[in-house]
Amino acid sequence: MRIGIPREIHPGEKRVATTPEVASQLQKLGFSIALESGAGSAANFADAAYAEAGVDIIEDTKALWAGSDIILKVRGPEPHPGTGVDETALLHPGQVLISFLWPAQNPELLARLQSGGVTALAMDSIPRISRAQKMDALSSMANIAGYRAVVEAAQHFGRFFTGQITAAGKVPPAKVLVIGAGVAGLSAIGAAKSMGAIVRAFDTRPEVKEQVESMDAEFLMLDFKEEGSGTGGYAKVMSEEFIAAEMALFARQALEVDIIITTALIPGKPAPRLITEEMVRSMRPGSVVVDLAAEQGGNCALTEADKVCVQHGVTVIGYTDLPSRMAAQSSQLYATNLRHLLTDMCPQKDGELVVDFADEVVRGATVVRSGEITWPPPAPKLSAKPAVKPKVEPAEKPVTQPSLLGPAVLSVAGAAALFGLGLVAPPSFMAHFTVFVLACFVGYMVIWNVKPALHTPLMSVTNAISSIIIIGALLQISSGESWIAWLAGLTVLITSINIFGGFAVTRRMLEMFRK
Amino acid sequence: MPQGLVTVAYIAATILFIMALGGLSNPETARRGNLYGMAGMAIALLATIIGVVTANYLVLLAAVAIGGTLGVILARRVQMTQMPELVAILHSLVGLAAVFVGYASFGDPNQQFQGVEQTIHDVEIYVGVLIGAVTFSGSVIAFGKLSGKITGNPMLLPGRHWLNLALLLVAIWLGSQFVQQAAEGNGMQPLLLMTVVALLFGIHMVMAIGGADMPVVVSMLNSYSGWAASATGFMLSNDLLIVTGALVGSSGAILSYIMCRAMNRKFLAVIAGGFGTTSGSAAVDGAEQGEVVAVDATEVAELLKNAREVMIIPGYGMAVAQAQHTVHEISRKLREQGVNVRFAIHPVAGRMPGHMNVLLAEAKVPYDIVFEMDEINDDFPNVDVSVVIGANDIVNPSALTDPGSPIAGMPVLECWKGGTTVVLKRSMATGYAGVQNPLFFLENTRMLFGDAKTTLDAVLAQL
Repeated sequence: MRIGIPREIHPGEKRVATTPEVASQLQKLGFSIALESGAGSAANFADAAYAEAGVDIIEDTKALWAGSDIILKVRGPEPHPGTGVDETALLHPGQVLISFLWPAQNPELLARLQSGGVTALAMDSIPRISRAQKMDALSSMANIAGYRAVVEAAQHFGRFFTGQITAAGKVPPAKVLVIGAGVAGLSAIGAAKSMGAIVRAFDTRPEVKEQVESMDAEFLMLDFKEEGSGTGGYAKVMSEEFIAAEMALFARQALEVDIIITTALIPGKPAPRLITEEMVRSMRPGSVVVDLAAEQGGNCALTEADKVCVQHGVTVIGYTDLPSRMAAQSSQLYATNLRHLLTDMCPQKDGELVVDFADEVVRGATVVRSGEITWPPPAPKLSAKPAVKPKVEPAEKPVTQPSLLGPAVLSVAGAAALFGLGLVAPPSFMAHFTVFVLACFVGYMVIWNVKPALHTPLMSVTNAISSIIIIGALLQISSGESWIAWLAGLTVLITSINIFGGFAVTRRMLEMFRK
Repeated sequence: MPQGLVTVAYIAATILFIMALGGLSNPETARRGNLYGMAGMAIALLATIIGVVTANYLVLLAAVAIGGTLGVILARRVQMTQMPELVAILHSLVGLAAVFVGYASFGDPNQQFQGVEQTIHDVEIYVGVLIGAVTFSGSVIAFGKLSGKITGNPMLLPGRHWLNLALLLVAIWLGSQFVQQAAEGNGMQPLLLMTVVALLFGIHMVMAIGGADMPVVVSMLNSYSGWAASATGFMLSNDLLIVTGALVGSSGAILSYIMCRAMNRKFLAVIAGGFGTTSGSAAVDGAEQGEVVAVDATEVAELLKNAREVMIIPGYGMAVAQAQHTVHEISRKLREQGVNVRFAIHPVAGRMPGHMNVLLAEAKVPYDIVFEMDEINDDFPNVDVSVVIGANDIVNPSALTDPGSPIAGMPVLECWKGGTTVVLKRSMATGYAGVQNPLFFLENTRMLFGDAKTTLDAVLAQL
């Protein structure tokens, strides 16, 4: 089948749906590829590079659309600004369109696709399950947006991010607050952190605390218990009390931080209003707010979509095209996402695309099939995370009160035994007994200081010195009774093995312990 | 030589022995400590030979020469992986010596006591022989188990606790018989009978204990050999023997305690033998818990090369495969490439306290990158790759998470908190405790199957 890559016509859109590198990989799947001339030039991919990768370069837009079985795009179809022809009119029945479509926001587009008799897959509707991560274009784009948000903030922020002590004076590090620790938020945290800023982050979902801390940022805790995790890894709308507590936190933070990056979105809802005009006013002049939710109405009250405005001395950035501002990077990631999707849909690697509704990913992404609206899909069976994780409380260890009875009985018994011994034993025995008890204590004190690494040498050396039992044999060896003398001789022999062997092997081992 | 000088020599020997043990607190001073020990032994022997021995010098010299030569040859020839066996067999010799000295002392016509002193002396002989015999037979069995001549599985006779109790009661009854008869000049018969009973007891006790509890058994026998020497000291009214025996006895007792604590087990439970026989959930947990991800040596080499922090966790499997030199080569190569390689040692890894440290030292791994569990366990979240070599139960997360597990509460090395864990294993068989290890099924765990030496050589070749 032939894949067609038209030039993006949305004003300011610089991305392209495939790169020369991905194009050659797609050809290995059996597809042939045609590209509208100049489609990649805004992302710095020249026609020549595509041609070298075996892509046919086609000048005429209509010819490209007509000659392709599959159309890969970034933005959904819209009226051509030059010719005035709507891109949906260029589609022909049986054709497959894969791009961002936002079916929930664009019902009329869906209707036009339906009447055109095409099959359309929305990259934004790929279910967020583990298997589909490699084709999750939303994550790819969010990652870029988060990074770019920090770059834009740095551009408008008149100071260093990192703290420095220079000959010309001390520079404090910038403080960055990231609200919403999703893909974009985490990416922003990483970028700001690597530029040297002090980064704090807030999210309504407590489970992301670990992720935030893994990026070495501080997670701001709200002294309030409410689980903010919705399905599919997104956040949900929170209760009023929660929002009040949250706003108080933001108001406090606004006084302190230099840069606020907001990424809070709730699927299918306008963006929550988190930064009020009051908070912006309280920020230091020269501060920057980057609002990644500008397209959905903005998290900040003063955000103007697609614009940078300065209000109360604070720069509020409301760009909605941050990925497009890094067209080469985002084209590459988007193209790879598309390639993964096509690889899954082309199991035979014969260049034939199969729209298999048994595949949960394909089912989720397909919004129109052969002129029939298939959106919304049935709820995905698997959420990105188990929605409600049965919390395994660490089993409360019963604090066993150490019973005093055992030790008490033992010490009474011990005392009684000693008492009995003292009553009957002769003084000579008691003298030896004293030595014995003291030696036990000395041994106890000394052995606790031995390093665990030296436990084996300890055993071999104690083994050697316990052969001091040889003294017993030496005392007996001069006995007149010959059997005693011979037995003692045998004892001397075996204990000698022990003495020499024990010390020698200890020495050998200790020689090996080297720094 | 006057008796006073002999006593002074004994005091010097005692101090030198204490210093020898004290020196072991640090590898630097340990070498000097060993010299102190030798000096102490030499002083004690010379003083005794010069001061006490009056005849049979030829027998004495011949015995020392033969025994000494044998000992040195043994010490030279032994492989470091065989250290547990060597230590066990040397313990048996101390036990045997205690038995011999006890018999000789009993038969010695020169020692005459009256009344209570006679009774105490007889009890001392009896106890000395008893402990010596248990140490002897127990150590021989431990040697057999450690060297693989006897199966490492616990041999559990029906009613074994009752059997032990019966043996104990017989030993006590024989003891009372012995004291009564000894007062009349007889008593050899009960003494011989008791020796047989004690030997049986030692055999039965160690047979019931399984392979991985061997660290406890070896240190326990170490302790017994000390108590045997101490009992002999009482028998002969010799303070040097009493003190030295007490030092060794408490050393072994502390080691046993440390080993038990490392396995979260009661000393009595280990001695009673049989791991997990009382717990119900072991069998249930034996079921498969998911899929394991097997990798090959090339992938492991890649993982290691791309890591910054690598932790190596050796276990008994490394000793069996004799892989310590390869492990050292790998760690050296990685450190040359700027990877921070460290070793984490669980207290009961191997078959003897400190077993892994000795093997790593033999392979010339510098001891300052070898850490104990308590020192290193908090560092695992920063580790990129953990390599578990032939260990199982000591890295089992269910010890912390599953209260029903037979090893619940045992402190373990928490390698799963790091980036990736590579487990080297011969097969998917369960560890000694018979518990399935959930670690193998974790998402960040990779399995490398095969003999540790072979697979690690392959990894080394790829580095």
